[in-house]
Amino acid sequence: MVALPGENISVEPSGYADDDKPKFFQRWFYSTNHKDIGTLYLIFGIISGLIGGFLSYMMRMELAAPGIDVFDSEHQYLVYVSMHGLIMIFFMVMPALIGGFGNWFVPIMIGAPDMAFPRMNNLSFWLLPTALICLLISFVMPGTATEGYDVATNGFGGSWVMYPPLSTTGHPGPAFDFIIIGLLAAGFSSIFGAINFITTILNMRAPGMTIHKMPLFAWSVLVTAFLLLLALPVLAAALFMLFTDRIAGGTGFFDPARGGDPQMFQHLFWFFGHPEVYIMILPAFGIVSHIISTFSKKPIFGYLGMAYAMVAIGVVGFVVWAHHMYTVGMDVNLKAYFLAATLVIAVPTGVKIFSWLATMWGGSIRFSIPMQWALAFIFLFVVGGVTGVMLANAGVDAYLHDTYYVVAHFHYVLSMGAVFGIFAGFYYWFGKMFGVQYNKWLAGAHFWFFFIGVNVIFFPQHFLGLNGMPRRYIDYPEEFAIWNQVSSFGAQITLVGVGFFFAMLFVSLVVQRKKVGDNYWGEGATTLEWTLSSPPPYHQFNTLPRIEDNAEH
Amino acid sequence: MKSPRNNTTIIAAVLAVIVALVTFIGLVTVGLGGERGMGMPTDGGYFLQAAATPVMENLTTVHNMVFYWISGITALVMALMVFIMIRFREKANPVPSKTSHNVLLEVVWTIAPVLVLLFIAVPSMQLLYFQDKLPETEMTVKAVGNTWNWSYSYPDAENVEEIISNPLDKATADTLDLPYLFVTDAALVVPVDTNVKVLVTSLNNMHSWTVPSFGIKMDAVPGIINETWFRVTREGTFYGQCSEICGIKHYFMPIEVQVVSKEAYAAWVANDGVFPAQYKQYITEKTVKGSLALNTTSMGSGQSAAQK
Repeated sequence: MVALPGENISVEPSGYADDDKPKFFQRWFYSTNHKDIGTLYLIFGIISGLIGGFLSYMMRMELAAPGIDVFDSEHQYLVYVSMHGLIMIFFMVMPALIGGFGNWFVPIMIGAPDMAFPRMNNLSFWLLPTALICLLISFVMPGTATEGYDVATNGFGGSWVMYPPLSTTGHPGPAFDFIIIGLLAAGFSSIFGAINFITTILNMRAPGMTIHKMPLFAWSVLVTAFLLLLALPVLAAALFMLFTDRIAGGTGFFDPARGGDPQMFQHLFWFFGHPEVYIMILPAFGIVSHIISTFSKKPIFGYLGMAYAMVAIGVVGFVVWAHHMYTVGMDVNLKAYFLAATLVIAVPTGVKIFSWLATMWGGSIRFSIPMQWALAFIFLFVVGGVTGVMLANAGVDAYLHDTYYVVAHFHYVLSMGAVFGIFAGFYYWFGKMFGVQYNKWLAGAHFWFFFIGVNVIFFPQHFLGLNGMPRRYIDYPEEFAIWNQVSSFGAQITLVGVGFFFAMLFVSLVVQRKKVGDNYWGEGATTLEWTLSSPPPYHQFNTLPRIEDNAEH
Repeated sequence: MKSPRNNTTIIAAVLAVIVALVTFIGLVTVGLGGERGMGMPTDGGYFLQAAATPVMENLTTVHNMVFYWISGITALVMALMVFIMIRFREKANPVPSKTSHNVLLEVVWTIAPVLVLLFIAVPSMQLLYFQDKLPETEMTVKAVGNTWNWSYSYPDAENVEEIISNPLDKATADTLDLPYLFVTDAALVVPVDTNVKVLVTSLNNMHSWTVPSFGIKMDAVPGIINETWFRVTREGTFYGQCSEICGIKHYFMPIEVQVVSKEAYAAWVANDGVFPAQYKQYITEKTVKGSLALNTTSMGSGQSAAQK
């Protein structure tokens, strides 16, 4: 958002671009370069997305008709449900948004040569594949039984929320221990990443880049990093307590027979879990702000309001956690508080939505592919947001809790919010990251199939929830058959969209390789990454850019 | 130059209004209309199940009120987007404005949602307290979740044995023409028009005792006894399904509540939990064929070894 004076264009000394890149293995395995690590994160996110997507596709096929047809055992279905959630959250959305785009563009946007702690950055990344391998191992480990290899007992089927006693006495086998270890590794990865981002953003901004001139994506990652830093230790503690609870003769934090309290785990989990949903959506907010501004050729409307709305969402996000557990038997006054606090979140979120609309108002809008994703993001996020207002009402939630209405709600804000934000950013920066532009036709096909597909999947799930269908059911009564069938048909459409995505990647990166210039989006794109070549030099900003006082954000 | 641009504005505005109206009216008529199941979902239904208790009636009212608001907000955003996308597309508006602040506007769109939320919060709070604060109850039942069935006991009537409520397997349910995954071999029996206190707890994993038509969902947590209440205003059979993940047979531990007249209930209690012959309207085919049902269930559901 920083309109740069002309002097910045020549800051790169000549001959600077052919800086010596390390050889393949050193470059990609010992990498300390924020752009290379960002690329690794994106590739990792795509791989995890494929695994998580496969799991959800199998679930949808099972649910296409009543009866148990696709899965060999009911337990296997629950394993797929659980792993879909964990993999999509910890290994797809977070790595792509924070690790991928955060690493790539936060240093560039604030005019820094790299992240503050490049080696820790490398550690952050490589903890993640380790963690994912732990999760994948858990698929073939005994879950509900203590030993033996049987598809009916292998893996952890206690959902991503991991509530005890199902995750302690309910799954005595080692499958869940592998998940705990994997999530602890992923958690440390995120904590290191958060420390790195906070340090980078607070200390390494270019001269003149005050905090109130910082691009909104950097703002969103800063807020997200604070949320990570505060929320993930709580998850780590809760997981560790589960770990020791699971040992025979171990602790009894959550075991009522030994004075523990299973509800306490839910409080701990959601104290992490609710900020977690903002961790997933805030960077997408940041990306969408840039795209809306770029393609409207207008500066973002109400910059300060936008930035502090994110801060407000982050702060309030920490005090609403128990709205995930209205039915657990809390005191009514406590529920009333969480009801009120949860409704408050709608205010800063509304500010963001209206500011995006106001940014476009009076603009000169070009409907390029990233803009299509961003516009779809705004609309679908509103749909997911308003059902959130419905669910915030503790009284109504007694009906809707743990039904497909909730599934529809959080997939509208995540599967269409966060993921649409990821794709929007991916197409927005595609040329900048890879030096070549995406194939428009294939990218358009990807967008439309995906947009229609996910709506066909998730909109009917509101109906299923209102009609009373509970979540995490492998089989359901006949009454729910029609909308489940429609929903599963949507999965087929989405699958075609995913196919177009990979076709787009292949054609754009391997076949066509259409080179792009420094600022291929033109006048609307004003942040610092557009002053660099595409792709940017291996080390950028050897001479720091200087942001003038009168520069607008 | 001026007239085509005015035309664009008019076309954009008209389209926006049409989209808003279609969205709003569509959502409200589709969303609030439709067939509603009593005591169980309706085939292909897309709305809340019909209310059988005052709590559920109140819940439906609050849901509908919130639904009007959120449909309106969705329609408003949709209309604004349609207008903006037509009026301010590159062709219609080649020169962008540079406006980036408008304090009044920003204050308005902060305050307006606050007011809307207040409108929502007041009835919502009333519902919450109505639902959660137990009135004077006339009787108590205890629902205990187990892997994977429910058991019901009547602390007020010690002569009635604990009811173990297992789901019927598909073959039995189909033979009896009863809804598979809802029907059990033994329902919870309660009288109509009576304030019933429900104590919910669990023996092992967490479960959730749920009857949508009653507007009840109460988690069964081991070591903790949760309480809730209902007053059913009509006789009939009401179904629900376990709503907290509890393991392999999570989908296969339904809740069935049979609501009978007060006299029939009194006679049922006096007769140690069996309906005397004169109340044969409450004696279902399933109860008669109970032995068949029980046999097949215990063989079919395989609920023994896996958890232990």
